[in-house]
Amino acid sequence: MARSTGKDAHALFHALRSAYPATPTNLKIIDLYVGFSVFTALTQVAYMAIVGFPFNSFLSGVLSCIGTAILALLRIQVNKENKEFKDLAAERAFVDFVLCNLVLHLVIMNFLG
Amino acid sequence: MGRGNLGGGFALLILVVSSIYQAAAIFHPISDSHRSAALDLFTPVHHGSFSSSLEEAYEALRTFEILGIIENKPDVGAATCHTVSETFRSTSSTSKDLYHASKVNSILKCDVDSKVFEGVVSRLQAAVSDAGSLLDFYYSIGSLVLIKDRTSKEDLHLVDAEGVFHSIKALSQSDGRWRYSSNNPESSTSAAGFALEALAGVVSLASSEIDQSMIGTTKSDILKLFDSIEKYDDGAFYFDEKVVDASDHQGPLSTTSSVVRGVMAFAAVASGSLNLPGDKILGLAKFFLGIGIPGDAKDFFNQVNSLACLESNRVSVPLILSLPATVLSLTKKTPLEVRVNTVLGSNAPPLSVNLVRASNSGSKGASIIENQELKFDPENAVYILDVLPKGVDVGKYVFVFEVVLHDSELKKVYVTGGQTQVPIFVTGVIKIDNAEVAVLDSDLGNIEIQKKLDLAGENAVSLSANHLEKLRLSFQLTTPLGHAFKPHQAILKLIHETKVEHIFMVGSSGKQFEIVLDFLGLIEKFFYFSGKYDMQLIVGDAVMENSFLQALGNVELDLPEPPEKAPRPPLPVDPYSRYGPKAEISHIFRSPEKRPAKELSLAFLGLTFLPFIGFLVGLLRLGANLKNFPTSAVPATFAILFQLGIAAVLLLYALFWLKLDLFTTLRTLGFLGAFLMFVGHRTLSHLAATSAKLKSA
Repeated sequence: MARSTGKDAHALFHALRSAYPATPTNLKIIDLYVGFSVFTALTQVAYMAIVGFPFNSFLSGVLSCIGTAILALLRIQVNKENKEFKDLAAERAFVDFVLCNLVLHLVIMNFLG
Repeated sequence: MGRGNLGGGFALLILVVSSIYQAAAIFHPISDSHRSAALDLFTPVHHGSFSSSLEEAYEALRTFEILGIIENKPDVGAATCHTVSETFRSTSSTSKDLYHASKVNSILKCDVDSKVFEGVVSRLQAAVSDAGSLLDFYYSIGSLVLIKDRTSKEDLHLVDAEGVFHSIKALSQSDGRWRYSSNNPESSTSAAGFALEALAGVVSLASSEIDQSMIGTTKSDILKLFDSIEKYDDGAFYFDEKVVDASDHQGPLSTTSSVVRGVMAFAAVASGSLNLPGDKILGLAKFFLGIGIPGDAKDFFNQVNSLACLESNRVSVPLILSLPATVLSLTKKTPLEVRVNTVLGSNAPPLSVNLVRASNSGSKGASIIENQELKFDPENAVYILDVLPKGVDVGKYVFVFEVVLHDSELKKVYVTGGQTQVPIFVTGVIKIDNAEVAVLDSDLGNIEIQKKLDLAGENAVSLSANHLEKLRLSFQLTTPLGHAFKPHQAILKLIHETKVEHIFMVGSSGKQFEIVLDFLGLIEKFFYFSGKYDMQLIVGDAVMENSFLQALGNVELDLPEPPEKAPRPPLPVDPYSRYGPKAEISHIFRSPEKRPAKELSLAFLGLTFLPFIGFLVGLLRLGANLKNFPTSAVPATFAILFQLGIAAVLLLYALFWLKLDLFTTLRTLGFLGAFLMFVGHRTLSHLAATSAKLKSA
């Protein structure tokens, strides 16, 4: 059972690797952005593991990274191949992204202290 | 017969109770202690002059002049006169400076050139006609009056006296107070004093008589002002400002002295009499005298100057009844002495002092004396009652005196205050006799041992008792007149060898004082300590001249053994440690949190930027470009504005973190957000339109 799961994961991974260059450029940019923010979050976690102080700033920093990463996942609205979102313009997704990011940053700035 | 007596007694009771409304108090006129205090308080700052301020120099000189000690300070004259002539000569002196200079000049009588005076007079006349506020009038008119007196220029007159009178009067309020200027709506009681003094100056400087109706209205203003007078319980009357402005609050002393100066100055120049009630004038005198000796130079000046105004004024001169000693001793047979003086201590006109009533503070209503006249001793100027009446025993009394002027015409000039109540203490030697201490058998009360005590001399009785017996101490206290006496303190103290003390109060019935200590009930209180107890008797009172603390001897007590859980006496507290400094408390502050090493933090800062760089690199590799950026003018502007808008919001957030608070941030964010929405909508709709065109095309 584990072996088959392992093989399925492998196959999945392979499929992803081969299909990825086919995605349009702007989607790639967004993916890159998500990767960047996740990395920053990981860096902060590592710092916190070493130092442990101040906690509220850490929370605020990590939340900002994760939050913006999640919002960037609004990219599903941009992908033309998704059936549900065909009628919506890509720009609308972008506006959603910008506004939600602004609110998120206000909150984390307050919490940063 | 009985009913008549009852009615008379009742009436007397009512009279006494109603007269107790005015509390008994003593006021003393100015005396030598005032003079020596003045010499200490007003010392020249440096040799030759009293500080650089002419106002303070004037206050010092006037105080010495009133107290009659100005001859003691001859060396201040030269330097102060120099300052005075400088002030007169200088063209930049304000009318306030000229006022203080003329005040000093009137006391020191400096040698000033008459031409200088002429220049000053013309400047002051101009100041009067230009005056805008009350104080401008006050200073310039005051200076003119003083200069006129000094130079005795009979032809120095105010240019338009009636007009000036009107202008000052215009600032008065309906309740008798005055405003400082027409711009200032607040009225003040001190301002009323200044205004009345200025009006008095106008009247004396007028070439022709001022209209009597105006003087009449000013007199009624004074009466209205006196309606707002306030009172202390001891009979002192004073003025205080209605509005309490913490920064500028003058205090009742300066307010009252300002009013007294003004009223007396006006009364001196106004024809006809000012119908002020005499008891209020007496009350004002009592207020100033009740202060005692002030510690502040300005307060001292205000007190002494106001008393000088009251000393010889045209309304009514207060006469103060004072007693040099209020404690009379029956053993020494001290005579009762009463003085009647003016406020500054001068002699009063011929009068007689009657002791109307003397009543014991304890038993209300019973009066011992009826109308005894005091003998006058012209050498010392005192009224003496040589022999106290027979009914006066030790205790606290209230004596009621009445001052009667011989010449009834003088009743209009002087005010004596009717009946004055004075508290008097009468002390004497209390007789103690029949003192004895006994040990009694508990059950039947039989006396086992009995010893007589001589409480006037030494005693060293030695008794012994066990816990089944009682100790009894008894004695009798009698006043010189043979009445029962209850002292403030009648205490029996038992002190053990270990210095543990026990205190008992001695009860009384009539003249007999007795205490019985039942040792059976006191075993626990004595902590089961057997052994020798020293006995001490303390009897004391304020009116008892022979209060004593006597050692009576000792008693050997035999108490049973203490059980396991016997109470221990409290440990003797070292008096020095009890009232001395306590141990120092070292505060434990929350230790500041451990901060990481600076280098580590900086390293991680660098690490945080790494993903960002990675992002930029990735962008370049993917070939991200700004191709879709609109090139034509209007959409381009919107696009730029959009980018700028977002940059502005991010900047706002940075500022918010650094120093702004949430509310200003939210406010600004609201504006920016609205702007951003508008611009963004335009840009993005444009972009959407172009891409749609592309798609369809």
